[in-house]
Amino acid sequence: MPNPLFGRDIVSIRDLSKNDLNAIIDRAAILKRQGAQPLLHGKLVASCFFEASTRTRLSFETAVQRLGGTLIGFSDSGNTSAKKGETLSDSIRMIASYADAIIMRHPQEGSARLAAEVANIPVFNGGDGANQHPTQTLLDLFSIAECQGRLEGLKIAMVGDLKYGRTVHSLAQALSHYSPHFYFVAPQALAMPSYIEDNLTEAGIPFEYVDSLEAVIPKVDLLYVTRVQKERFDPTEYMHLASQYVLRAEMLEHAQPHMKIMHPLPRVDEIHPAVDHTPHAYYFQQAENGVYTRQSLLSLVMNEARIEGEGHADA
Amino acid sequence: MPDTKTKLMVEAIQTGTVIDHIPAGKGLTILSRLQIRNAQARLTVGLNLPSGGSGLKDLIKIDEWRFTENDAAELALFAPDATVNIIEDYRVVKKFSIGLPERFVGVFTCPNTNCITHNEPVDSRFTVIQRPAQPQRSAQVLLRCDYCERSFADTLFTEAG
Repeated sequence: MPNPLFGRDIVSIRDLSKNDLNAIIDRAAILKRQGAQPLLHGKLVASCFFEASTRTRLSFETAVQRLGGTLIGFSDSGNTSAKKGETLSDSIRMIASYADAIIMRHPQEGSARLAAEVANIPVFNGGDGANQHPTQTLLDLFSIAECQGRLEGLKIAMVGDLKYGRTVHSLAQALSHYSPHFYFVAPQALAMPSYIEDNLTEAGIPFEYVDSLEAVIPKVDLLYVTRVQKERFDPTEYMHLASQYVLRAEMLEHAQPHMKIMHPLPRVDEIHPAVDHTPHAYYFQQAENGVYTRQSLLSLVMNEARIEGEGHADA
Repeated sequence: MPDTKTKLMVEAIQTGTVIDHIPAGKGLTILSRLQIRNAQARLTVGLNLPSGGSGLKDLIKIDEWRFTENDAAELALFAPDATVNIIEDYRVVKKFSIGLPERFVGVFTCPNTNCITHNEPVDSRFTVIQRPAQPQRSAQVLLRCDYCERSFADTLFTEAG
């Protein structure tokens, strides 16, 4: 089967078909198992972070270097001509003439789509404002497939801030390809936006809101926990909410043995540290998978060749 | 008879476009959109004209600008049931209804103030999403920005004028 991602821009999870997602997950598993291969040898990647980031930038740059590629770039816009008032379009046009691909993060929504239209080389979106962060979703999908052994037909609870958390929006959209059953555990003020609910309804995906985190734990294969941001609430309200949506080790007593807990990190106090020592904690493996997933994506987009062991998952 | 009265109230044009059956009250909104497109356009407007079927209507005549279906589609959010008549030598040579297009390009400003289209030399672009009615909700038209990917109700654009 030909490589479906070669030469494409990776801007939004909406642009990726189930076949694309499977190809990325499949290759990430191979690269994790077999170790990195020099799939980006001779390629120069521009890492353009117009907004600071720790995990995303370092894991992208690690992935490029592990694959034998080289990097140019900047880690915040302070020293770039963006500060002088240059348009993003002009900056991207110039950078595209130097490199073979662009990884970018930018504080404004739609910036990655614009860059992809302007650049004649592939653009990887590392986050455009509050909009998309597709590689987070891809590493989440890979981690789910890895810890559950499958993606089809899982029961998944999403917990915390479902309104503003872009990771849960994209993840819900991506998982819609795999017939999940969703449980949403969130205060009313932080419920899923109606457009996501509409997408799920149109795709025939069942979802329900559940009040009690503890009650949903025995039912699910996966708990996806997100941070409720303190600054969105007054202190008393936050204290009340936080107590309802904090995951503690003793709440996991009736969890199924294979149930895993994921979190996009950074976590603050929504997962008690004692949970880290339970067999259900999977968020640190999930973060590590960011490098394998980005290796997979970079190599599929920038190198047309398939690698040994590929082809069965997307058949 | 109402048609004769209408014709008497608004002078005929030799060449151009007549937008008819605009819902009464929407004429000025459409007028302002047309002026944004072409500040020099010569326009004749009739407001609250009698209309056989639906009570009152607005009507706009535009001299020497023959609308394409794309020109008309831009007005679809404001007057989805209006008809467009192309006039040559005082005669209607083509007539079509305004329909919702698949996309609006360079017509509306994105309501999301943090959308990149506000700062860059690029046309705004919206994909039209038509949602059928559901048990607890009537049918909806949404415009999704192709850049920031946010969806907005059509009323947000029509009320802003």
